[in-house]
Amino acid sequence: MIQIDLKKSLQGANGAMQLDLNLEIAEGQFVTLYGPSGAGKTSTLRMIAGLMQPDSGKLSVGGAVWFDAESGTNRSVQKRGVGYVFQDYALFPHMTVLENLNFAKAKGASQTLVNQLLELMELGDLQHRKPETLSGGQKQRVALARAVVQKPEILLLDEPLSALDAGIRHKLQGYLKRIHEEFKLTTILISHDVGEIVKLSDYVYHLEAGKVIAHGKPETLFTGQSISGKFKFTGEVLKLEQEEILSVLSILIHTQVVKVVVSHEEAEKLQPGDQVLVVSKAFNPLVYKLENG
Amino acid sequence: MNWEPLLLTFKLALVTTLILFVIAIPIAYKLSRSTSRIKPVVEALVSMPLVLPPTVLGFYFLVAFSPNNAFGSWLSEWLGIKLIFSFPGLVVASLIYSLPFMVHPIQAGLSGISKSITEASYVMGKSKWETLLRVQLPQIKPALLTGVVLSFAHTVGEFGVVLMIGGNIPGKTKVASIAIYDEVEALNYDAANAYSLVLFAITFCILLIVYLVNGKYLKGFWK
Repeated sequence: MIQIDLKKSLQGANGAMQLDLNLEIAEGQFVTLYGPSGAGKTSTLRMIAGLMQPDSGKLSVGGAVWFDAESGTNRSVQKRGVGYVFQDYALFPHMTVLENLNFAKAKGASQTLVNQLLELMELGDLQHRKPETLSGGQKQRVALARAVVQKPEILLLDEPLSALDAGIRHKLQGYLKRIHEEFKLTTILISHDVGEIVKLSDYVYHLEAGKVIAHGKPETLFTGQSISGKFKFTGEVLKLEQEEILSVLSILIHTQVVKVVVSHEEAEKLQPGDQVLVVSKAFNPLVYKLENG
Repeated sequence: MNWEPLLLTFKLALVTTLILFVIAIPIAYKLSRSTSRIKPVVEALVSMPLVLPPTVLGFYFLVAFSPNNAFGSWLSEWLGIKLIFSFPGLVVASLIYSLPFMVHPIQAGLSGISKSITEASYVMGKSKWETLLRVQLPQIKPALLTGVVLSFAHTVGEFGVVLMIGGNIPGKTKVASIAIYDEVEALNYDAANAYSLVLFAITFCILLIVYLVNGKYLKGFWK
């Protein structure tokens, strides 16, 4: 259990702002911080990691106090041992992929986890390459593996996928999910991508100007209602076409464009660029077996 | 040709560069991270030898280290060190004289490392010291090379400071640049030319190597 009760005054792009957070995250949960730039999301992660000192409040992780302004407790960043994936990956350029992972590994820890992660993240063939020879998606996989090698209590992900294009992002979301299922790390993700959030997280905190303005399960939070669909996909509205009786929506789901019909009233609320959740309740899907290759 | 002045020059440059390398790294590290209000003052002091006439520097060293003055007499009485007209004196003066040539490249290199890379190392439980040795310094090898070579070359080219504080004692303080001046004074142009040619060739080679290496002509050298 992570208990966060922290205050910090920040100098943002829009002037001074008071970050005031009070949240609890259960062990093993995948939580997302969502909100506009400058809402204090990155600062929150930095305070949890020990890279930024809060003005007041208390932070405890699994019963251990990491920060307490009253008693003057402030565990150093080195001793907190969180896993942190930075927006710019922050790979050590003079080390190979394997050396990056080994650097993060605790002294005396076994090589098994390193090998397991190389395999899980499909980095085996790249392990002797330097970061500068890798693509963005590959770098991000290394950064993710490197953060997990430390066996952290908490995994902090600062917009890890925002710099990648849609196809690779989709693939990396799969890796993130795999990591979370395999290691059950308490994970805090910063993301702007509603689709990504719905797909990955158990719970969402919506931050604005340093405060939590809404929180809940992602489906509930982003649709305003509780949905019990059988099939759920998130996508982006590409096009709206008015036909005589109905409107036709073209929606980009992952990398496929799907056409869906909706009533004119429903269509009025939407416009191209909107993130939507496509749910189908009761129907009889056709299932085809895919041949390998 | 008498090789003594040349050997002395390179001995001085080598000793100075080695000591500077050790003392410039902490100075550059502090400066690259500091947001203190006295930082500009320290930076200005470090850079002073770049613009100050070497004779000014040499003159103040002469005054400070003179056994007739408090500091100089303290040095000679308590530590038994005589810095005037001696090789150790030349080293101390050269350290100050070449300081900016070592500090500036290293400071620029350290400032250029992205903050998140350093933080990533801290998050992994590595101390500041370990981060400096294993993450920061290995990334700025070209800057370290530049600092080492410029300090070395600058010390080789020293004249005014040496003349003021070291004088012209063969085998002790008579470095190549002084020897050249000495030979010209005595109208021995051939000897002056010999010293000059050697210095010319060596400094050219040193700088050429730096530009080749840092310009990645020797690919893979630093990787």
